[in-house]
Amino acid sequence: MSVSIGGAKPASESRRSKASPPHDQKKRKSPTRVSPALYLFPLPAIAVTLVFLVMPTLQAFQYALTDWNGFSAAFNYVGLDNFVRAFTGDSLFTNALANNLKFMLVVVIFQTVVSLVLAMMLTKNSRGSILLRALFFFPTILSSVSVAFIWKFIYDPNFGLANSTLGAVGLDSLQGSYLGDDAQALYWVAATQVWFHAGQMMVVFVAGLQGIPRELYEAAEIDGAGKWQQFTSITWPLVAPATAIVVAYTTIQSFKAFDLILGIAGNPPKASLDILSTRIYSSFANAEFGYAAAQSIIFMALIALVTWLQRRVLRLTQKQE
Amino acid sequence: MLTSLTRRGFLAVYAIIIIVPLTVVIFGSFKSTQELFDGPFSFPQSLAPDAYVEVLGGQNLGRSFMNSVIVSACSVPITLFLASLAGYAVARMRGFWSWAIFGFLVLGMAIPAQANMVPLYVLFQRMGLLDTLLGLVLANVVSTLPIAVFILGGFMRTLPRELYEASAIDGTSPWRTYASIAMPLSAPSLAAAGIFLFVIHWNELLYPLLFIQSPENRTLPLALLSFQGEFQTDYPLLFAGVIMASLPVVVAYIFLQRYFVAGITAGANKG
Repeated sequence: MSVSIGGAKPASESRRSKASPPHDQKKRKSPTRVSPALYLFPLPAIAVTLVFLVMPTLQAFQYALTDWNGFSAAFNYVGLDNFVRAFTGDSLFTNALANNLKFMLVVVIFQTVVSLVLAMMLTKNSRGSILLRALFFFPTILSSVSVAFIWKFIYDPNFGLANSTLGAVGLDSLQGSYLGDDAQALYWVAATQVWFHAGQMMVVFVAGLQGIPRELYEAAEIDGAGKWQQFTSITWPLVAPATAIVVAYTTIQSFKAFDLILGIAGNPPKASLDILSTRIYSSFANAEFGYAAAQSIIFMALIALVTWLQRRVLRLTQKQE
Repeated sequence: MLTSLTRRGFLAVYAIIIIVPLTVVIFGSFKSTQELFDGPFSFPQSLAPDAYVEVLGGQNLGRSFMNSVIVSACSVPITLFLASLAGYAVARMRGFWSWAIFGFLVLGMAIPAQANMVPLYVLFQRMGLLDTLLGLVLANVVSTLPIAVFILGGFMRTLPRELYEASAIDGTSPWRTYASIAMPLSAPSLAAAGIFLFVIHWNELLYPLLFIQSPENRTLPLALLSFQGEFQTDYPLLFAGVIMASLPVVVAYIFLQRYFVAGITAGANKG
């Protein structure tokens, strides 16, 4: 399930596989057999998961087939009408879907590149690198609402940091209206998202890069390989597992940018900043429970689909190397 | 590929991009709106905490702060406790049941909160949990339990079985083995998972937005969000709120940095 990084996991796994065979052969009658009481331990977690996670998720499928408003006792089963409506009769939904994909694509590309470049520059465990890694990681721990407010101020067209800085250095012509411009707004939020989480992904890459043996680079240098060649033939293939993690996590994270969007754009956000999660929330707030449930199922299916596609693509590229 | 000079230049620029906004927010929280707009980078003329007094006093942010403390202080230990119990059992069991229980508990990682929020709202309504902090605690526990089981169960599986078996031979009950062997040995992963959960629970916005109606039950992120609606461009006030909302996590980060990075990457590692 997880891809190990930095060699930490394989070490522990090999230790385990070395340790277990003798016990497996011993079979179970000795005192090493597990006590039946052990089966009580996971029960609370299983109960909580069943009642508050599994059942509600299954119920979402049921609600999705109804026109329920959440309050009335009566509601009708309308079949797949909600799904049809989402894709054919609701420009708000298709707009949010398009925004969501655009946002995801931009964030995944930029966040992966920025965090990889940062990680490559800060792989060594020197004092300066450690300090900079801690600094770059820092934004990740802030709340999305806080980050949204900070950047709302930066983008403020009248008093914001971006325009006043440009004005101060005489670049008035570059001043923009940022979030005020519908054509650009989503990209400025994407930039905020990268500022927010690139440091987190940098740490994942650092762990991956530190797992690459230095001898490989030394041997390549002796063979006369240039820096670029070293990158394409050593670094890139060997950092692929870390890339898979970063891309998968960034995808899910950008799908869930809900908090950031609400913070920066207000509730409900304007159309140019509306994504699926905010759209679902708006339908819910409008007491369209059945329709919101249907949208949320599409949302879940899309996340699963994108994650699956990514794994396929990454596996293919890994095989080619 | 990268010469030392471009490397330094790039790192310096990125450091500025991180530091400048944060400095402007800290300075800004001590300024008047006019002062902030006149010179966002300048050091504040006075360090009078006017914005903080207003934010904590009149606007219910003090109350929200306490609500957030209560919710996190309950959600994090409960999640860790349930997850460590399950993780311990999964690590000690063998074969089908170990695999099935772990798989079932971890499956929830694939379910985004938006997917089941409508039925959860209805369920909470029927249980009388709407607009209560208890409901928020429950929602937090449920939503982070899968990843916590994943982190803790994964770690406990790497502990040598001999330790468990030795204590079983001594006739120790599973509970004693859990409490006096598995838990102490799992301290690093408990710390990492605990901090990871704390960041998520402290910053959680969707659940409060869904479940909380009355202003006195708001948690910090929700209070901040509604705050922004009321004080569109009163940035000093917003900045003071941002700093109040970030302070506990930032203080914890400064002292427990190692565990933060371990925990948050363990979270990122779930893919």
